[in-house]
Amino acid sequence: MDWRDHGILLSVRRHGESSAIVEVFTEAHGRHAGVVRGGAGRRLAPILQPGAQIDVTWRARLEEHLGSFTVEPIRSRAAAAMSGRLALAGLNAVTALLSFCLPEREPHGPLYLRSERLLDLLGQDDIWPLAYLNWEKALLQELGFGLDLTRCAVTGAETDLAFVSPRTGRAVSRAGAGEWASRLLPLPPCLRGEGPAPDAEILQALTTTGHFLEHRVAPALGNRPLPSARARFVETLSREMQ
Amino acid sequence: MSASREIEDLIELMARLPGLGPRSARRAVLHLIRKRGALLAPLAQAMQQVADSARECLNCGNIGTSDICDICASEKRATGELCVVEDVSDLWAMERAGVFKGRYHVLGGTLSALDAVGPEDLRIPRLVERIGTEGITEVILALNATVDGQTTAHYIADQLQGRVRLTSLAQGVPIGGELDYLDDGTISAALRARREL
Repeated sequence: MDWRDHGILLSVRRHGESSAIVEVFTEAHGRHAGVVRGGAGRRLAPILQPGAQIDVTWRARLEEHLGSFTVEPIRSRAAAAMSGRLALAGLNAVTALLSFCLPEREPHGPLYLRSERLLDLLGQDDIWPLAYLNWEKALLQELGFGLDLTRCAVTGAETDLAFVSPRTGRAVSRAGAGEWASRLLPLPPCLRGEGPAPDAEILQALTTTGHFLEHRVAPALGNRPLPSARARFVETLSREMQ
Repeated sequence: MSASREIEDLIELMARLPGLGPRSARRAVLHLIRKRGALLAPLAQAMQQVADSARECLNCGNIGTSDICDICASEKRATGELCVVEDVSDLWAMERAGVFKGRYHVLGGTLSALDAVGPEDLRIPRLVERIGTEGITEVILALNATVDGQTTAHYIADQLQGRVRLTSLAQGVPIGGELDYLDDGTISAALRARREL
């Protein structure tokens, strides 16, 4: 068995003295793990940093085996990320969430392309938070927990939408919310792709997407806690705002 | 089996050491036995002594033979500079260079979301405590230039911001390095950190 693909390196774990078990999010083969011989060595360790774009060839005797990867670097993103704390926190959040949420060996082509584009924007702190928010929305969509923000779940209205139902993920208008408004999640315009998207709004929107990641996605994946890297990214973003 | 049980046991133990496999362990054991008086007996004695006395320094996390290591105990090293490293091997590497004359703090790892290593699993609370009690004026974050290492550095910087001068090691072209063989990330880091001649 063998195939060749390109992908985003999600995680690296040392295996024995000089090898590493890496997890790669590839376009055609989804999240896939494999051993890289010499992956912990002096030549390959700098290449095998989370977020790196790599070309991989996977080989195994049987499909269900872990198999081994041969890795060629395409481009490194660690240097761009390491130059700023927001970029670094963002890179950690993206790779940790992908590793946490995606099933193994199941292709998610559209999400892969979005993830690649998002990571290529690392270091551009003025546009990155909004790009990240849109990526999180796409992640929820891909996992089957997409938000329906087109019309009010109560009245059917398409205007004055201000809330999201924490139960269904559907938009609710101010009129439809009534006395339940305090129990609903915020729906800032940027979450619907409208308005100039100031950082304060993006933070609000991340509260909403975070709710679904924590209360819908995580329980569906065996009730594991959401990776702390996401909370650190949100914390860093809020600190940068101040 | 070609050797006695005791020798086979020794080979098996030696094969677990980093850098050694079953064959090289067998060769090493044979060499030790041949040099019994000059090598095997002193080695066994030295190993027993280390096994009896080696411990982690309660202050910095370095490995020594007393509760407080020689570096922490030395008054000459109380320069107000504290170098934060990931592991004892990093501390030893810094000491080999012989340039740094202050004290160290060994974290014992880095933050890692995937391995669920949080700040409480590292020696970060002790570091914050030392800043207040040891008259530290500068903290040098000598963490590895990896994603995990730099994430940890930023986290520590956030914890200590405003309390002490914070610096980190430079990143760029290594001594003897040729630009042609460097990755694009290192070159861009080196260019950003350029200085006037």
